[in-house]
Parts: sequence; structure tokens; C-alpha cells
Amino acid sequence: MKTMCRPLLGATMALGLSTALPTLAQADELTLCWAAWDPANALVELSKDFTAQSGTQMKFEFVPWPNFADRILNELNSGGKLCDLLIGDSQWIGGSAENGYYVKLNDFFDKEGIKMSDFAEAAVNAYSTWPKGTPNYWALPAMGDANAWFYRKDWFSKPEIQAEFKAATGRDLAPPTTWDELLETAKFFNGKEIDGKKVYGAAIFTERASEGITMGATQALYPYGFKYENTTGKYDMDGAVNSEGAVKGLEAYKELYKCCTPPGYTDAYMGETLDAFKSGQAAMAMNWFAFFPGLAKDENVGGDRIGFFVNPKEATAASTLGGQGISVVANTDNMDGALAYIKWFAQPDVQKKWWQLGGYAVHNDVLNDPSFKDSQPFAADFLVAMNQVQDFWQEPSYAILLQAAQKRFHDYVVADQGTAKEALDGLVKDWTEIFEDEGKL
Amino acid sequence: MSNATSAHSVVEPSATTKRIAGIIVVLYAIVTMVPLAWIFMTSFKSPPDSISYPPKLVFTPTLEGYCNLFTTRTRQTPEYIQSLGPPQSTCDEITRSRNMVIAGPSNYWPRFTNSMVIAFGSTFLAVFLGTLAAYGFSRFRVPLADDLLFFILSTRMMPPIAVAIPIYLMYRELGLSDTALGMILLYTAVNVSLAVWLLKGFIDEIPREYEEAAMIDGYTRLQAFRKVVLPQATTGIAATAIFCLIFAWNEYAFAVLLTSGSAQTAPPFIPTIIGEGGMDWPAVAAGTTIFLVPILVFTILLRKQLLRGITFGAVRK
Amino acid sequence: MSVINSDTTILEKEPERAATSRPASLARRIGGLSDRAIAWLFITPTIALLLAINIFPLIWAVRLSFTNYRANRPNAVVESVGLQNYQRVLTDSDIWIAMQTTAHFVFWTIVLQTLIGFSLAYLIDRKFRGHAFWTTVILIPMMLSPAVVGNFWRFLYQPQIGLFNYIVSYVTGVPPSSFEMLGSVSLAPWSIIIVDTWMWTPYVMLICLAGLRSIPDYIYEAAEVDRASAWRQFWSITIPMALPFIMLAVLFRGIENFKMFDMVMLLTGGGPGSTTEVASITLKREAFESWRTGRASAFAIILFVAVFGLANIYVKALNRVKQR
Repeated sequence: MKTMCRPLLGATMALGLSTALPTLAQADELTLCWAAWDPANALVELSKDFTAQSGTQMKFEFVPWPNFADRILNELNSGGKLCDLLIGDSQWIGGSAENGYYVKLNDFFDKEGIKMSDFAEAAVNAYSTWPKGTPNYWALPAMGDANAWFYRKDWFSKPEIQAEFKAATGRDLAPPTTWDELLETAKFFNGKEIDGKKVYGAAIFTERASEGITMGATQALYPYGFKYENTTGKYDMDGAVNSEGAVKGLEAYKELYKCCTPPGYTDAYMGETLDAFKSGQAAMAMNWFAFFPGLAKDENVGGDRIGFFVNPKEATAASTLGGQGISVVANTDNMDGALAYIKWFAQPDVQKKWWQLGGYAVHNDVLNDPSFKDSQPFAADFLVAMNQVQDFWQEPSYAILLQAAQKRFHDYVVADQGTAKEALDGLVKDWTEIFEDEGKL
Repeated sequence: MSNATSAHSVVEPSATTKRIAGIIVVLYAIVTMVPLAWIFMTSFKSPPDSISYPPKLVFTPTLEGYCNLFTTRTRQTPEYIQSLGPPQSTCDEITRSRNMVIAGPSNYWPRFTNSMVIAFGSTFLAVFLGTLAAYGFSRFRVPLADDLLFFILSTRMMPPIAVAIPIYLMYRELGLSDTALGMILLYTAVNVSLAVWLLKGFIDEIPREYEEAAMIDGYTRLQAFRKVVLPQATTGIAATAIFCLIFAWNEYAFAVLLTSGSAQTAPPFIPTIIGEGGMDWPAVAAGTTIFLVPILVFTILLRKQLLRGITFGAVRK
Repeated sequence: MSVINSDTTILEKEPERAATSRPASLARRIGGLSDRAIAWLFITPTIALLLAINIFPLIWAVRLSFTNYRANRPNAVVESVGLQNYQRVLTDSDIWIAMQTTAHFVFWTIVLQTLIGFSLAYLIDRKFRGHAFWTTVILIPMMLSPAVVGNFWRFLYQPQIGLFNYIVSYVTGVPPSSFEMLGSVSLAPWSIIIVDTWMWTPYVMLICLAGLRSIPDYIYEAAEVDRASAWRQFWSITIPMALPFIMLAVLFRGIENFKMFDMVMLLTGGGPGSTTEVASITLKREAFESWRTGRASAFAIILFVAVFGLANIYVKALNRVKQR
């Protein structure tokens, strides 16, 4: 021990000193923060063009979804300088705008001739504006997204399975168009042996820690008639959040969870549902459009073995919104570089390449291109979904609102506590309290 | 337990007792090693092998987990991959066999370096300050010494999340958020309590006559401290250093709340290693294995001092 | 904590007198720095650091706990709300449920770790051949990072692919996918208790072992002369003599597990629902996800008081046992 002590102390001293020196950031370098998922890899590829043109080196900080909000919001709150550019979630807009974490882009757009009317209206509203729907832009729509479904086309087209389904239900086996059909189809497949393996009905979102189960459950709630408010902007939630339809929707989600998810999927989000589907355990699964290019190319379940469908309707047609806008972080040391990136990214040609590489551009030149619908097996579904999206609260207090929803939904759906009515009543109570604290009620 | 009738001393158990005790303890030790062995094995599996059902005991080892740990990769068409030149490295070859190409290094190595810098830096500071304070408390009459010592000890009882709230606000004001310096100061403050306690115990054991003799020989107090006390306390200092290092190395709660990138250490990073959709368990296992090795070495080096360190010096063998 | 030997030898006379009472040459060599100066020079940096990083923020937190401050609203007006935060925390049923969850976790981990840890220590103290080596092996889990290793346990607990379910199924015959350690309301708390026990039993074992080894042989020899049975010796010598050590282990484990955050966060994240949401996780959500800093500070202060209170009561009990 005696002999090792001196070098140890020497080493610690050297290391201690070296940290005192600040790391010198290069001026022509930008760090872009986003979630770690398939489209992020596409963006790395796309950004090589930017580096080639401008000479600016791009660095990326990709955080997995379950930690993304936590870590990046923490970073923004602590006034850190990690990110120059941030592709932040749609719900963060309110808080980030009001706290001045994002740069307001109106003047820049005007100066550079970037017109928001060139982008799909729903996307601009969802990803760029605060207060909602007003021409105050805090981001450029970067990636359109919604929650949708995919299924094993090869199983759905097996004659013996089709016959069995017809006999059991009296209708033809096809991708479900209503939630009733979805439940019926999931139950039909659940527990079946296919290709010598036991399979399950559907893989759905049940994640507890971040936003998973809320993003999944709202996919059922919206079609059944769930609304956040009776009157938009009034925060009058009683009778909207816990309406009869909403109760049915939540019950339907729990029914789907109880009957038809593979074992162990009690805390599942994007990665887990993909795993369930790719490993051949699930006949159907929900996930964001963002993953569909990768799924379509998958070695085991891609190609003609996979089909896609928009969220089934029930009382109404609706899909849960995903997607993000790209913002400039107000704290950046390289404002010019960051703005140059946005300017570059907004160009129609770049937007087209973005779509080709697997990013969901929402530039009208891309979406209105006649060849768009056939460019990918899910492209037409994407257009349908983007026209019926609904988003969670985008209020500055969104994180607390989301946390309350996560708890209520997980307690009811996964932990089996209380009834759907009680869960939604409880949610009204939680949310009312939060808005009262805000002084909005 | 045979006693009165057996010939051996009463405190020396019989051979049968020993054998049974030995078997149970060895079995327990083996069971507790299974999870660690599994981590090690998984790090050499391919991703499909790692999630196969039932779990595979026999498999073809591959370095894919380690390759995935240190690189980021993008999926490419087979035609594109064929158009590339010959693979540059083993990792290149493995990655291409999965229809991907290496896009660049991953963040694992910078995070691991952060862990080294922060753990060693804070350890050095904590031991340095701790040695001085311990000497002060051991050799001089300090007003309110007992209260101060209890206060120092009690700082370690606080739940880290509770401490993190005001630290977060303070660091935000001072610009110390997500900096190595901020983390070093914080870990030093947490560790110095342990260091003072342990080192005071060690220094108390050094007879004060040594220094007095040295001072009579003409040393000043400072010289006596440096030339007499410090060499005597080397073992204690080394042991204390390693305990501080282990705390700083393993710490998660502060790191996850106070760092986001530039100063993030390995513990909050390793759980966020993911592959293309879903967890990349071999890469996680590889990251875990590399991260655990230094601590395993220290545990073995340290086994004799372990007890004193983990109980704040409250128990000595 | 009386096990600590705090026989601080106090001898220093007043420094001035010490200097004058020695030969002049020596006094000159001590020179510039008097003992008092050295004492302060040595102790002050540590105290200053602790004041800056521990005490000042704590006072700040106390102040915040009386306001409606939110760390993610830099532009909002901060108002004093009196005791409202405390009142809300103490009447929040979710927080009480979290405290119960914590208590359940602390209780069972202590029971299991003490039983297994003591038994192991007792067996190791039989000094079979190779016991030193196997002791070191057993100690390994407790040196590792709970976050990093806990994260990997999540993999071991997977119903289809995880080793844990597979081994349980191998031993008991239940199909491995028929139970979900992390996902079922009844099993999730146990999944955490199992990992904590795996990690920290060695700790209790080590302290118990020190306790067993501190019992002098002559006591057993005397008992032998009195023809006390092995059973009797165990209950009237081994247990009482080792008790202060066992209690010390319980104290340290209790404090540690009351603070428990990292392992639970990575294993279950508090789920399913809120079944494993221990106090630290509730606090983290309140402080760093909801950003209700004022209320979270109040909760943090309540937790401080609880830990110190419980620890103090316990230390008193420990001292009483020690004196017996």
C-alpha cells in the first residue's frame, strides 16, 4: 500500500489540475441535441452536406427517449451550453418560449425569406408557435410525426388464418379501421401458434417514467371523444377529460393491454414495442412514424411481411401527435452558426433529401409532390394521420400535467387500481390543481 | 455443533462443522457471482444471442458489444457497403456484416474520461483537505471539536436528491452546472466527511511522541507533520483515498441531476446506451464490464481496510 | 456510535505558553506559524468547503421551502406562502404512500440482510480452509455502482430472455414467462429487495464478522467449563456480544436505504403505477420534473428531519445496548 500511494496521489493531482483548464470550444462547431432514435442517424447523414458547404463541424448529443425530456429540460433550466441547436419535443414550446430558452425566429425568418406557409399548417401550429396558433415562431418544423400502427402482413394473408378469422368473427381479416375491430383482431391473434411460436395480439406503450403510457393511452382516448377542455382556452376540463367517451377509451386501452400484450411489456415504450414486433412476438404494434422506414427495411419482418395502418377511429378519427421543431438555444455561443444551419435546413432540396434519408419533412414541396404518396408504403398513411393529430398540453407546466397523467394511467392500466372513471376524475382533479397553482383557473 | 466431547479447543470448530460451513459459504459466493458472470458473458455475445430464449450459456464469442460500445453506426444499403474499400478494423468488419457502417466514435470514452477526472480529482482534494483537518482535530484542542465532527459526519446522512436541489440552483448561478469543477467540488464535500473521520482515527494511532521528538530535534511543527506524521499515515491515507474514489466512481444521483453532457460521468450514461430500436445489451454489458474492472481491482487490494472504510472507522478489526 | 474510539488525546497547552516554555531556538524554528495558526489553517478549508457546499445550500433550501419558487420559471414572481408547502406535503396521500413504500423496503432489506449476513459471518468465523479468499469474493457486489449494476438487473429480470426468471423456472418448474418481476404489482417491490440484498448482505456480513471476532476466546472457554451447551453459548454469549455490531450495521443500512434512489430508479423507475415509488423518487419527480422547487424543498427538509431524528433515536438505543 505504501508504494502505491505516491503515484496515486501524483496521478490525482495531475488530473485535478488538468480539469481546471477550460475546454476551448471551437468557433466553427455546432452541437445539435435530439433524441437517440432512427431519424437522428438520418440527420447525421444529412448534416454532412451542411459541413461540406459551410465548413462547420457538427457534433451530436442524442439522448434516449425515456431520458430525453428529463435531461434536456434540466440542461435548459440550468443555463447550460451543451446544445446550440435543439430538436425539442412539441410540448416544450410553451415553457421554453416563456422562459426565453429558445430564440424567437420571426425576424430571422423574415430576413432570410423563410415562409412558414411553405410548411404544413398543422405541423407549424404544433411545432413552432407559442401561444398556440399565433404567428410567433420559436422553431422550424423539423420532423412531422404521429402515433400509428403496423402489422404482420404475412400472417394476415395466410389463407388458413383468414378462414379461421372469418369463422370466428364473420368478417374478412384486414387491418382494423375501428378500435372495436382492433380489439377483436388482437384477441384473435393472441395466444395463437404461428410458425411454431406463440404470438400475442399487440405491443403497445406502457412506459411509466417519461411519457410512454400517455402517448399510448391517448391514441385510444382521442378517437373515443376525449377532449382536454370543453371550451378551448378555458381550462374547463370536467366533462371533457372524464366524459363517457373518454372513460370507454381508457377502458378499451386497458382491455387491449390486459388481453393481448406479450408478457413483460409492463414498462414498454418505443424500443420495447419494436423489439416485440421484430422478434415475431406481436401481430400488431403501435409506434411513431419515425421508425417506419427502418421497419420497412428490417431483415426479418420488413418488406412484404409488414403493413401499416393509421390509428383506427371510433367516435371520431384522431391520432396522437409526435414530432418536433428545431430551435436555436438562446444560450448558444455560436448564434450565427446555429441560424445558418436552420437556414440551410429549411431549403426545399434539403427537405427532400431529409425525407429520402428517413426523416419526416413537412415542407409542402415534399408533401405535395405527386410522387410522395407512393414513395414509401406508409407515406399515404402519414398524410392522413397528420391531418387528424391531437397533442397533449403544450402549456409551460406541461411536465407536471404529463406526470399526473402518467401516474393515473399507469395506476389504472398496468397496476390495476380503481376504475377508468376514477382515473380520469382523478386526472381532472390533478390538472385543476395545477392550473389553479398557475393562476389560470 | 460438537463441543465438550471433542478434543480440540472450544473455539476451534470440528472438521465436519468447518466443511459444512465452507460448502454453504462457497455456494453463496458462487450464487452472488452469477449476475456478474452473466454481465461478463453477455458482453461477448452478439445482440441476437443476448436476447435469445432460453438464455444461451454456450455461444460464439464476438467483440460486437465492445465495437457497438465505442462507435455510432448508421444503416446502409448492401450496395453502398460493397462500394467501400476493405474494412479498416475488426469492428469495421463486424459492423458491415450487419449492413451498417461506423459513423464515428460514441460518447462512452469521453464519459469514462469524465469519470476518471472527477473521481480522481475529488479524491485528491478530499484526502488532502481531510488529512489536514484530521491532523488538526487529532493534535490540537479545537473549540467545539465534537460538534464539528458530528456535523461533518452528518452531512453524509442527507438524501442526495434533497442536497441536489439547492446545489442545482447554486451551480446555475455560479455557472458550475455540467462542469467537471462543479462535480469535483461536490464530491469533495461529500467525501471529506469520510476522509476526516477515517484519517483522524489513523492519525490518533500515531504516537504523538514521534513528532515531539522531531520538534525537539529542531523540526518545526509543519516539518514534523510532513516528515514524521505523513509517512506514518500513508496506509491510512491510501485506504481513505480508495474509499473516496469508490464513492465518486459509483455515484449516480448527483451526476444524473447536475450533469447533462460535457461533465457527465459513466454511471448515468451506461443505462442510456441503446442500439437500433431497443436496448443493445451486449454493448451495455461491455460498458458495465469496463466500468467495473477498476473497482474489482481496488476491492481485492483493499480487502483488509474495507471494514474500517465502510463503517466510517466505527469498527476496526 | 460509541464504538468509535474518541479518546482524543488532549494535551496542547495554550500555544503561547508552549512556545515560551521551550528553548528560544526551538520557538524560533516553530517560527511564523503558531500551533493555533496551524490548527486553523488545517481545519478551516474543510469547514469552509462544507459550509459552501452543504450548509449554505441547506439554508437556501429552508428559505425556498416557504415560497412558491419554481426553478424552471426564472421570470415568475416568487411569493412567500408561509407553511403552505409543508402542509401540502404532509397532507399529500401520494407522499405518505411513498413513505410507506420506503418503510416496507427498508424493513425487509434489513431483515433479510441481517439474517443472511449474520449467518454468513457465523459460518465464515468457523474458519474453514480458504475462508479469507471466499470472504473477498462475497464482498465484491457491495463495491459496485448500484446504478450500473441495477441497470443490468433489469435485463436479468426480463420474463422471456432474462436469466433470473429462467433459473427460477428451472428450479420450480413454473414457466419463465408466467411471472414478471418488474411489472407485477406484487413482485416489483421484491425485485428491488432482492437486488439490494444481493448487493448489501456482504456489508452486514463484514460488520457482523468483526463483531464475532471481537468476542474473546476466554469467554467461550469459561462457558465450556460451566458446561453450557453450544445453543446456550450462542444465545447468551455470541448474540449479546455481537449485538452492538449488528445494530451498527442495521443503522448504516437503514440510513442508506432510506435515501435509496439510484437502484430503484433504474430497476422500476417507481413502477408499475407507483408501487415502488420510494421517497427519493417522489422527491426527484417533484423537484426535477415538476420543478415545484418550493414544495420539493419542504419535502426535502422533512426528509432530513426524519433521517436525523430516526438516526439519533437509534444511536441512543445502540449506546444503551453497548453499556449493558
